[in-house]
Amino acid sequence: MKLRERLVIKLSTNPVKFYQVGSFAVGNRLLSAEDRSIQSDPDRTNALTSGHRACQGCGEALGARYALDAAMRASGEKIIAVNATGCLEVFSTPYPESSWRIPWLHSLFGNAPAVATGVAAALKAQGRTDIRVVGQGGDGATVDIGFGALSGMFERNDDVLYICYDNEAYMNTGVQRSGATPPAARTATTQAVGENPGNVFGQGKNLPRIAMAHEIPYVATATVADLRDLEAKVTKAMSFRGARYIHVLVPCPLGWGSQSCDTIKIARLATQSGLFPVFEAEHGEVVASTPIRKRESVEEYLKLQVRYSHLFSPSRRDDVIDHLQAIADKNIARYNLMSTENEGQ
Amino acid sequence: MEKPFAITLNLNSSLANHTGSWRVEKPEYVHRMPPCNNACPAGENIQNWLYIAEDGSYEAAWRALIEENPFPAIMGRVCYHPCQSVCNRAELDEAVGINSVERFLGDHAIEKGWSIPGPSVESGLKVLIIGAGPAGLSAAYHLRRLGHGVTVRDATHAPGGMMRYGIPKYRLPREVLDAEIARVKDMGVVFEMNTRVDDVHEALNEGFNAVFLAIGAQLSKRAYIPASEAARILDAIKVLHDVEDGNQPLLGRKVVVYGGGNTAMDVARTAKRLGAEEAIIVYRRTRDKAPANDEEITEALEEGILVKWLSTVKHAGDKHLEIEKMALDENGFPQPTGEFETLEADSLILALGQEVDFSLLGNSADLDTKDGTMPVDATMMTSHPGIFAGGDMIPAERTVTTGVGHGKKAARNIDAWLRKTTYEKIENNDLVTFDQLNTWYYTDAPHVVRERLEATRRAKDFSEVVKGLDESNALYEARRCMSCGNCFECDNCFGVCPDNAIIKLGPGNGFEINLDYCKGCGICVSECPSSSIVMVPDK
Amino acid sequence: MLRQVEGSKAVADTVAACRPQVICAYPISPQTHIVEGLSQLVKNSSLLGCEFINVESEFAAMSVAIGASATGARTYTATASQGLLYMVEAVYNASGLGLPIVMTVANRAIGAPINIWNDHSDSMSQRDSGWIQLYAETNQEAADLHVQAFKIAEELSLPVMVCMDGFILTHAYERVDVPDQDQVDRYLPPFTPRQVLDPTDPLSIGAMVGPEAFTEVKYMSHMKNLQALDVIAQAGDDFTAIFNRDSGGLLRGYKLAGAETVIIALGSVLGTIKDVVDEMRADGLPIGVLGIIAFRPFPFELLRNMLSGAKRVVVLEKAFQLGIGGIVIENVRTSLRGTTTKDFNVIAGLGGRPITKASLRSYFDKAHYDNVADLTFLDLDQQLADHEIAREAGN
Repeated sequence: MKLRERLVIKLSTNPVKFYQVGSFAVGNRLLSAEDRSIQSDPDRTNALTSGHRACQGCGEALGARYALDAAMRASGEKIIAVNATGCLEVFSTPYPESSWRIPWLHSLFGNAPAVATGVAAALKAQGRTDIRVVGQGGDGATVDIGFGALSGMFERNDDVLYICYDNEAYMNTGVQRSGATPPAARTATTQAVGENPGNVFGQGKNLPRIAMAHEIPYVATATVADLRDLEAKVTKAMSFRGARYIHVLVPCPLGWGSQSCDTIKIARLATQSGLFPVFEAEHGEVVASTPIRKRESVEEYLKLQVRYSHLFSPSRRDDVIDHLQAIADKNIARYNLMSTENEGQ
Repeated sequence: MEKPFAITLNLNSSLANHTGSWRVEKPEYVHRMPPCNNACPAGENIQNWLYIAEDGSYEAAWRALIEENPFPAIMGRVCYHPCQSVCNRAELDEAVGINSVERFLGDHAIEKGWSIPGPSVESGLKVLIIGAGPAGLSAAYHLRRLGHGVTVRDATHAPGGMMRYGIPKYRLPREVLDAEIARVKDMGVVFEMNTRVDDVHEALNEGFNAVFLAIGAQLSKRAYIPASEAARILDAIKVLHDVEDGNQPLLGRKVVVYGGGNTAMDVARTAKRLGAEEAIIVYRRTRDKAPANDEEITEALEEGILVKWLSTVKHAGDKHLEIEKMALDENGFPQPTGEFETLEADSLILALGQEVDFSLLGNSADLDTKDGTMPVDATMMTSHPGIFAGGDMIPAERTVTTGVGHGKKAARNIDAWLRKTTYEKIENNDLVTFDQLNTWYYTDAPHVVRERLEATRRAKDFSEVVKGLDESNALYEARRCMSCGNCFECDNCFGVCPDNAIIKLGPGNGFEINLDYCKGCGICVSECPSSSIVMVPDK
Repeated sequence: MLRQVEGSKAVADTVAACRPQVICAYPISPQTHIVEGLSQLVKNSSLLGCEFINVESEFAAMSVAIGASATGARTYTATASQGLLYMVEAVYNASGLGLPIVMTVANRAIGAPINIWNDHSDSMSQRDSGWIQLYAETNQEAADLHVQAFKIAEELSLPVMVCMDGFILTHAYERVDVPDQDQVDRYLPPFTPRQVLDPTDPLSIGAMVGPEAFTEVKYMSHMKNLQALDVIAQAGDDFTAIFNRDSGGLLRGYKLAGAETVIIALGSVLGTIKDVVDEMRADGLPIGVLGIIAFRPFPFELLRNMLSGAKRVVVLEKAFQLGIGGIVIENVRTSLRGTTTKDFNVIAGLGGRPITKASLRSYFDKAHYDNVADLTFLDLDQQLADHEIAREAGN
């Protein structure tokens, strides 16, 4: 028997908590309906329903359903979605089958934020602001080709929630580099050859921070690994009017060279390593960050992905791994991801 | 106006696309073996009753528990809970306090007066059980539930065996023991106490269709200790038995107990309660090698019992003992050192283990025995057809829980034998290991420790030392169960499927895979906290 | 109401009378005065129930228009030149999605070299975009065509481009009978969209269509464009019935009776051409004019019928295909296939070069006697060009 077990603990005055899976699992039969995640509802709306043609283990399909179901719940199921061209659009609406159970419009690759603005403007003109607008796209549509439109939407503070499903490259066209591709990652246009294989260590294009620079009401990051966090953020975003931005990390088994079953695990490692900081900001200021619960080295994250395999073979590239670790460490410091009350769990 | 062709699509149109055809592997919900269940000598389905208890359905949980073991209140006090030693949660924070929840359920059942109905159909067959200890009572309970007429005969005047005559009251209050045994009696089991059975074969002729022997091991092992005539040397088993019968043995101010097992701890603690100023245990090896349960050693030490580890009694004199120091050799065996000391002692109680007293069987001694025990086959049957045996008298670990397990196993095999069938145990060797769990989803939650009577107070009387859990912390503790290998409806699979291919069937009914859409990605398997889903090849 | 007004202002006031719900624009000369006018009308609450969105680019302008129109709002935007090219991807998208957006193109040249002045290179580049294209001859017609454009667009669920010559019309002050609200309301019913983004009836708009149906989708669009010919003509007739003036329609003939030579053109240059034709008619030459209002879809049959008496046609264009020649003339030739009618092509007014009556008279006089080249660049400084060609060739 451990020494500390001999201490007499009086727990009778403590409220009974749900310790089995805490707040990390999707739901639980023991929780009251309002304490469960939206996804645990057997009658959930399934904004994106079955039959879509996303790859096995697609993080984006998952992220989109999570986010839009939450937006539907928050708006009384009154949302209109505008989708940029990309995987999400292609796999969800190949004629003659659509997987969307919400009014949904696809126009072009680079204009989703502006189209969403148009929808919001029309609703306002028609006096139907009870209907809310969600714009969505992948990282290419968001940080690259649609960046100008997004910035315009932010600057005008149009009443649109824009969600970026970031899988860190142009997956739909065959895994080419985007402005969101991380350093050292191999893509079809940043091959794992030469002296510095993979993507360059550039300046990065941190869209959440760029969004914050517009001082829009709400900016948040999230991943498919933390459903409740994502749902809470979408719900919170829906409580604001004006331009809002949520950046969701969605691993791509095909593009990242990971196992289809590891999609959530990899997203979790991205957060627990500090490479993907999870935080929220209001009116340009960070107001909260999600502390790391079980800290992992970046290597744990990298080694599950073929796009980083050149860092481990034929010879190990400690210089590059250290560089990536430094990025993670910087995030941890910047967003206070190792706050003391969460340390050592 | 008509909607545009092809560019505009209708609601739910994708449901026509059965993406299940992409799949090469499919997920399947399974029930795997949790380590607690695997380790339980009584074969309890611990995970299952904890699961039921988690929502406060205590009666249902209790009823699930007593499917295997009729004595949760007793178990919750005396079982050394091997389940907790192997609990996967220990690797996360601390093992689930299974034993304390079991006691809570047992006590709660007594408090509420829940009873166990007798069988709905009588088989008309009769079984005689010899010995009213844990094995005998367990066999009686299970056989009765299976519809057989059961008679229990025991030479003592009250049923319980070692639970009554070996385990002191401060560990097992007699009202608890009586209450749980009474429930078995109320099912229609006939108890014939103060009845010695001298001839087992005769019993078969009496009209019993089978016999279950569970006479225990009640003979204290003797060791040759040179002693002077004035030395007062007693048997631990006898001391405990006498205390139970109200015959307080004369032990003196200073009592030395020789041995390192649970009986040694029990008798030393009893001596203290009987008024001994000093109770000293002498044991030839070290604490970690002592057969006594560690909790019992701790409690004994807390109560002021002194222990001389690595010591043997070389000579017992009048009011003193000669003790030799031992040292462990490289194989961990104690070897004499030649160093001696003298210990004051008014009495020496030997607690060196027990042997089966085959003389209790009288004329039945023709049954095969081996190394002082009675061997049985896989169906618990002795060398004689129709005569089964279990508990301390057969080769096995000698604990209450093991006895209860023997009783159950014997009952099921006796039933099969009586019905001329064979009992097929459903084997589940698919043991869940810690690394198979996705522990991310379990919140850290240290286990609740049961309150104990203050050491200074408790050594003075026979009040129960370890307190039970109240409802709120019993619930907390039950909910710490990680449900290894068995779905506990956390909804993860339902939530994480990118293809909405999991159907939620509602509370208690779990989930189903919608194979029309499941692409076989395996995320549900990876994110299942309890390792209750596996991927299997799909044709 | 008859007013002495700038063309842009007349268009702005007319568009406002059409009760648009969403207007979005990015400024580009010479479109600016139109959207400035509309912005003011929204800002001073003269135009109620309308959202005016200042966007960051023309691409965004058309994109906002797409979103608004798909949500059931009557939607308007305006652009010109580089701006039109910048929004091209969305221009095609709007027609593909069948969104009845109305857009003014204040026609202007396309660079390089950069040039802010009028020609038709911009809208002509979009002749295959799937939009209906209407060309205004005067500011009166420019105003009137906008009213008709909304009606045509919404009836067909197709976008309409109203093309008016930059500066020549947009910045010219003329007497215009600006359509008043009562008349517009009688002519133009409230917008009933063919489909709309609506949470009570969720549809997915903008699907990916593969080889299995793409041809059918495009064929259906083709048929709808052909159907537009009737709708445009009808819209013109209906307009006349309410506004008591002849405005719009597909083609407009001028002195075609007995004309052996017919000058074909689009836009404001028709006024100058008519003046020259009047002079030539006075001199006894059998010459007439055919103005094209609806260039897309192209009224092949009507044009052939109206030219049945002509011995030759001269097609005057403000844009051309490099290395090939005129754009409009190819459509005219298709119309006249199988006839003996001769055709001559003259490219004029590029990048805002004035098209003078004298130059036209000189050219038409020769053309009437088949004494011109197949392709002529009006008022080209041939000497300068030849010199520079030689210099660049290093000779």
